[in-house]
Amino acid sequence: MTTYYSEDHEWITVEGDTATLGITKHAADQLGEVVFIEQQDSGEEFEKGGEIGVIESVKAASEIYAPLDGEITEVNEDLADNPSALNEDPEGAAWIYKIKLSDSSQLEDLMDLDGYKALIG
Amino acid sequence: MSADTTSSDLKKTPLFDLHQELGGKMVPFAGYAMPVQYPMGIMGEHSHTRTRTGLFDVSHMGQVILTGDSYEAVARAFETLVPMDVLGLKEGRQRYGLFTNDAGGIEDDLMFANRGDHLFVVVNAACKDADIARMKAALEPAVTVTPVTDRALVALQGPGAEAALAALTPAARDMSFMDVATLDLDGVEIWVSRSGYTGEDGYEISIPEAHAETVVRKLLAQDGVAPIGLGARDSLRLEGGMCLYGHDIDATTGPIAASLGWAIQKVRRPNGDRAGGFPGAAAVFAEIEAGASQRRVGLKPEGRAPMREGVLLFKEAEGGEPIGRVTSGGFGPTVGGPVAMGYVSADLSQVGTTLFGELRGKRQPITVHALPFVAANFKR
Repeated sequence: MTTYYSEDHEWITVEGDTATLGITKHAADQLGEVVFIEQQDSGEEFEKGGEIGVIESVKAASEIYAPLDGEITEVNEDLADNPSALNEDPEGAAWIYKIKLSDSSQLEDLMDLDGYKALIG
Repeated sequence: MSADTTSSDLKKTPLFDLHQELGGKMVPFAGYAMPVQYPMGIMGEHSHTRTRTGLFDVSHMGQVILTGDSYEAVARAFETLVPMDVLGLKEGRQRYGLFTNDAGGIEDDLMFANRGDHLFVVVNAACKDADIARMKAALEPAVTVTPVTDRALVALQGPGAEAALAALTPAARDMSFMDVATLDLDGVEIWVSRSGYTGEDGYEISIPEAHAETVVRKLLAQDGVAPIGLGARDSLRLEGGMCLYGHDIDATTGPIAASLGWAIQKVRRPNGDRAGGFPGAAAVFAEIEAGASQRRVGLKPEGRAPMREGVLLFKEAEGGEPIGRVTSGGFGPTVGGPVAMGYVSADLSQVGTTLFGELRGKRQPITVHALPFVAANFKR
């Protein structure tokens, strides 16, 4: 089980060809208090760079961009009723999607934790 | 050199150091470094102001004194710039006003007060240079326009505001909504109005710069008083149904379309004793007679997704041209859901009318809602 990070402040924890995706604590802190999340449905396919959801905080709306190609296999339905979980535990209980990877070689374009820490300084 | 707007270019209010000490997250706003929030966070600060007492630094706003031969002379002159009854304003009272332009649009909104021998005006930070220039050009030399640059301005808002200020200067308790007074706070002369921008009871307090931090520390030491940033200031005023200049009103929106006709007293309206005589009077009177084609209304999105400034509004779920747009929107912590205001066609402006806002390509229901969203809690 390995965790990767994107420049758009998402984390992906990979087990085989399935993965769990969410936003980083740093992203959640920058967004401020989250009041709404718009998620896509299970079964939706997406391409790297495509919009796969929107998070609204008290300050602004922020798109979630797919860090690689794949398909949504499960949606964390709890977030719709409790969007503030994204502030409380964004790298744990407040995961956003389970996904199936189309091309695991795309993981090579993502960062490890040290790389991500360097990005956010 | 490029026009590089770094934080060093930003002006600081007399409370800048205190904001940093209190953990304020400073952002640029109207050329000033201002706290958008403190560690409590926007939602917590909003709720705190509704239930306890919030203290806001609004020193970036423009404070201006207008003097002349008498209050009456100043008031008559000022009435050439605003469609309000300035002459009839009693000493010790404040009123909401609008600077209009020749097309009947709104150049800024403001508060003005009869302080006995002079008129005291408070204008928006982003407009203050233009407002001062406008007043000087129109009113001098008969009226002297003096920007007050050596005083801070803070707002103390919420159900505990009276107790907090009265603990330091008991006469604050005797003031009613929109009263103004000069009070003494431990030897410091403060100019106080019982007003604000949250929908809660409270005060706006002008303090000599040299004493600003000391007075504010005394206020923060009172039971239940916490510093509040611009983030919560915006959600509070939005729930309170109040306009943000440059968003909900601007040079292209007239007072009637903006649903601010209540601010134009009868004496300045058609057939009033001092009807007209302000910029754009013909256009404003035409809107009074015929009604405006668009109206500013409250808007309550269904569901949980906020609809923010710029969202287009439609009559139907599909097709057709936009019939309006959102001018302010976000999450209302006291309402517990999204709230917005905007302009819609007058024929669709009745409370309860369901419209559709286009959010990320999808139209979602949004209903015309009475303003304010949260009942005002003023001390009348």
